[in-house]
Amino acid sequence: MPIENKDVTWVEEPIIGFWEATFLPAIIEGLKTTVKHVTNYQPTTEFFPEEKPTLPLHYRGVHRLNRDDQGRVKCVACMMCATACPANCITIQGAQAPWEDRDKYPSSFEIDELRCIFCGMCEEACPVDAIELTHLYDLTGFTRDEMLFDKEKLLGVFDQTKDTGYDPVRTHRGRLGPASDFEQLPSLSPATSVQSDDRSARSSSSGVIQGRAVMPSSWESVNDKIEKGK
Amino acid sequence: MSSMFSTLTTFAADAPAPAESGGVVSLVMAQLPTVITIGAALGAVLGAVSYLIYVERKLAAFMQDRVGPNRVGPWGLLQPIADGAKFILKEDVIPEYVDKVLFILAPCIAAMTTMLAFAVVPFGPVDGAPSFMRFIIAPNVDIGMVFIFAIGSLAVYGIILGGWASNNKYSALGSLRASAQVISYEIPLGMSVLGIALLGGTLNIEQILLNQAKGGITQWYVWTQPLACLIFFTAALAESNRLPFDLVECEQELVGGFHTEYSSMKFALFFLAEYTHVITISFLTAILFFGGWHFPGIAEPGSTGLLATGLKFGVLLSKVFAVILVIMLIRWTIPRFRFDQLMGLAWKVLIPLSTANVVAVMTVLQFGWSKWWLTAVSLLLFVVAGAIGVKQAHDALNRSGRRPHAKPETSGGHVAHAH
Repeated sequence: MPIENKDVTWVEEPIIGFWEATFLPAIIEGLKTTVKHVTNYQPTTEFFPEEKPTLPLHYRGVHRLNRDDQGRVKCVACMMCATACPANCITIQGAQAPWEDRDKYPSSFEIDELRCIFCGMCEEACPVDAIELTHLYDLTGFTRDEMLFDKEKLLGVFDQTKDTGYDPVRTHRGRLGPASDFEQLPSLSPATSVQSDDRSARSSSSGVIQGRAVMPSSWESVNDKIEKGK
Repeated sequence: MSSMFSTLTTFAADAPAPAESGGVVSLVMAQLPTVITIGAALGAVLGAVSYLIYVERKLAAFMQDRVGPNRVGPWGLLQPIADGAKFILKEDVIPEYVDKVLFILAPCIAAMTTMLAFAVVPFGPVDGAPSFMRFIIAPNVDIGMVFIFAIGSLAVYGIILGGWASNNKYSALGSLRASAQVISYEIPLGMSVLGIALLGGTLNIEQILLNQAKGGITQWYVWTQPLACLIFFTAALAESNRLPFDLVECEQELVGGFHTEYSSMKFALFFLAEYTHVITISFLTAILFFGGWHFPGIAEPGSTGLLATGLKFGVLLSKVFAVILVIMLIRWTIPRFRFDQLMGLAWKVLIPLSTANVVAVMTVLQFGWSKWWLTAVSLLLFVVAGAIGVKQAHDALNRSGRRPHAKPETSGGHVAHAH
């Protein structure tokens, strides 16, 4: 459909006046603006290593594998997360569970943090809320092997983050999760929502977690801590 | 040229002539103050350059609501030292297909010529200072201004050689632009100060400064030559390749311009040359147009002694620093010119204006009229230039047919209506 003439707005170049032709007032006006930024100096820079960023509650950082109330890994090796993962970074090997309340458990659970795109699909897919993304963002390492997180390391991340208040266990703290609760219907709320009855989910302001990141030091030392804890 | 060299080699005029015996010793003794002054001035300029870069980076950050260098030392004050160390320690890459001799020679020429131009600039009160303080490397050079412009325009040799020897298209384009730019802006630069030379009857920079100081604040040449001041400042900015005239190294088109292939200390030398040039033109602006070390009530020409000398030195340095600040402000305010605009500004605006200004000065001097007529002439020229600019802009707009809804009275002789 051609554009009708009445819909066309003709924009004319502004007619240059005397002062515009001499450049000077425009230059002085520009200088004034520049000076105003110096005299009224309001930088928005965040001094990162000293000042930690304020992250939203739904921030997606390093993964963790949650434990149930007996300290066992919650994961039931259903492969839902590995299937959902668009980056193919999750490798799970299931085995017969040594416990009575579930059939399977992961004998090995590996996430390649270098391949991960932190989309949170695994978290959404998990039927027992075993895998969650935390607020840890300063993920570094010297080698590729170091960035290959195995089950122990992922459980270690849970131990580091569960009680800090920044990374509440979002759903079904302690219990296995909706997929194993046959007495009641599963909750329809999204996996990333926070249950109001969860004590550790209370944040200082609604929806936003203020202040320092969880890990004050770099990730290597966290690795060391996890190693020591074993 | 030979007279220039003889002036340079015999500027320690007050020293006794070398005797028959021990001539070498007395010659060395006679040149000792010069050598010391050169050392002091060179050190001061190098230190000033490194900290000017710091000031510029900080100021630029403030103007853009950033923080600027703040990691090395308190408020990043040691940043220039760290940068210098980096420049010295970095690997010095010489690409394989360059003309090695010229490639190495170019930064040396660039740095040397700008330093040489500084030799005749008085960086403090030359007269009335204690004898151990000499605020000029080469005193009493009668052709001081010619010397500065002659040597200063040689600096472009470094740029052209560097760009050409790099065997790189971007570098070559950058240096081509440099040559065109410098040739164009030499003319208004020289013409703008010609009026001052005529008014003062001298090309000696110290004498020009003294003329203004003796006459008081009303005799500063900025009052009688405001247009020349504006032209000089603009042309000097272009000459030193500073924004908004830094087409020689404009990153969006030419990668790095003439210094694309340069690294480590050779690149630092180019940088040094540019900033030394900025310092020199700031000194010249302060001395030629704003009375140098003179300031009424604080630094008068009659006063001598250590305190007065220090005051004069301080006044001159603050004026120079003010000019440098303005240059930095302009850098972050005005966007870069297009190349044809750059050439148009020089040939169509600055050169005719400065020529008219010189003619006005000659007329006023010839008929012995009051010097204040020159102020009026400057303003008049400025108004005429503005009016011509308006006329040309309107003509261009009408010709291009970019005004489809132009008012009937303005489009009476419109080209589109002719057929």
